[in-house]
Amino acid sequence: MTLHEIKELLEAEVLIGENQLGMEVKTAFVADLMSDVLAFATAGSLLITGLTNPQVVRTANVLDIAAVLMGRGKRPSQETFQLAEELNIPILTTKFILFEIAGRLYANGMRGCIEKVGSK
Amino acid sequence: MDEKPLYDGSFSIAGGNFDNAGAVSSNIKTILKKIGLPSDVVRKAALVAYESEINIVSYARKGMIRLRVVSDCIMIEAIDEGQGIPDIELAMQPGWSTANQKIREMGFGAGMGLCNIKSFSDIFHISSEVGKGTHLKMIINTNSNSLQ
Repeated sequence: MTLHEIKELLEAEVLIGENQLGMEVKTAFVADLMSDVLAFATAGSLLITGLTNPQVVRTANVLDIAAVLMGRGKRPSQETFQLAEELNIPILTTKFILFEIAGRLYANGMRGCIEKVGSK
Repeated sequence: MDEKPLYDGSFSIAGGNFDNAGAVSSNIKTILKKIGLPSDVVRKAALVAYESEINIVSYARKGMIRLRVVSDCIMIEAIDEGQGIPDIELAMQPGWSTANQKIREMGFGAGMGLCNIKSFSDIFHISSEVGKGTHLKMIINTNSNSLQ
C-alpha cells in the first residue's frame, strides 16, 4: 500500500511528508512501548502508535521506519513535529483506534512486520 | 587492535535531559552511514547506542558514549556516573525495571533496554558498581566483505 492509500483508508491527516505519499509500505508494527518497537519492528515498516513524544521519532529514525501513524486522534507534540521535520519522517494522524487501524490495514493487504516473537 | 580506526570519538550525555534523549544516537547513525556500512549493521549499532543513551538519561547523573569503528567491527561503550546496578543478573531479566513515571511516559522503562542491547550486539559486557556507575561494552561485527 502507498502512504496515500493509507491516508484515504483511515481518513488520516498528513502532518509531515505530503511529498512522500507515493511511498510503498508493506508491513506494520503497533505498539506504545518503544523498547518493543526497537526489539521487533523492521526497517521500512509503518509504526502505528498512540505515543506522541519525540522518542517516537527517534525510534523511527534508529530503525529506518517508513512512517509514523498516530491513532486515537493523537497529535505530535511540538518537539516531536520539529524533530520529524528535521529527520524527514512522515507523520500521519487518524481518529481511528489502534485496533481499527490494524484491522482495516490488514484487510487491505498490509501485514505485520513479524507474525509472532521468536520467528524473526 | 592497532590499525587506524575509521572513526573514534565520544559523546557526552547529561542525565535527566529527556528532551534531547536520542540525539547522540541519531548522530552516531549519521556517522556510521557516512562511513558506508551496510544499513542493517548501522541499524543494529544505532539501536544499541539508543537504548544505552536512554539508560544514561534515565538513571545516571552523566555519562558518555564512545564509538570506535575499525574494519571488521563497531565498538560502542556506554560509561556513566550514577547509581549503578546492585544485581546485574536481575537487571538483565526481561521485564525487570526500576523506571519512574517520566521514563515510562517516553515509552521506555519496561525492562527491555539491557536485553535489547545484548540481543543486538555480537559481544556484550556489563560491569557496574553501586553508587559509582555502569560500564557497557558492545561489539557489532560489520562483516567487512560488505563494506562499500
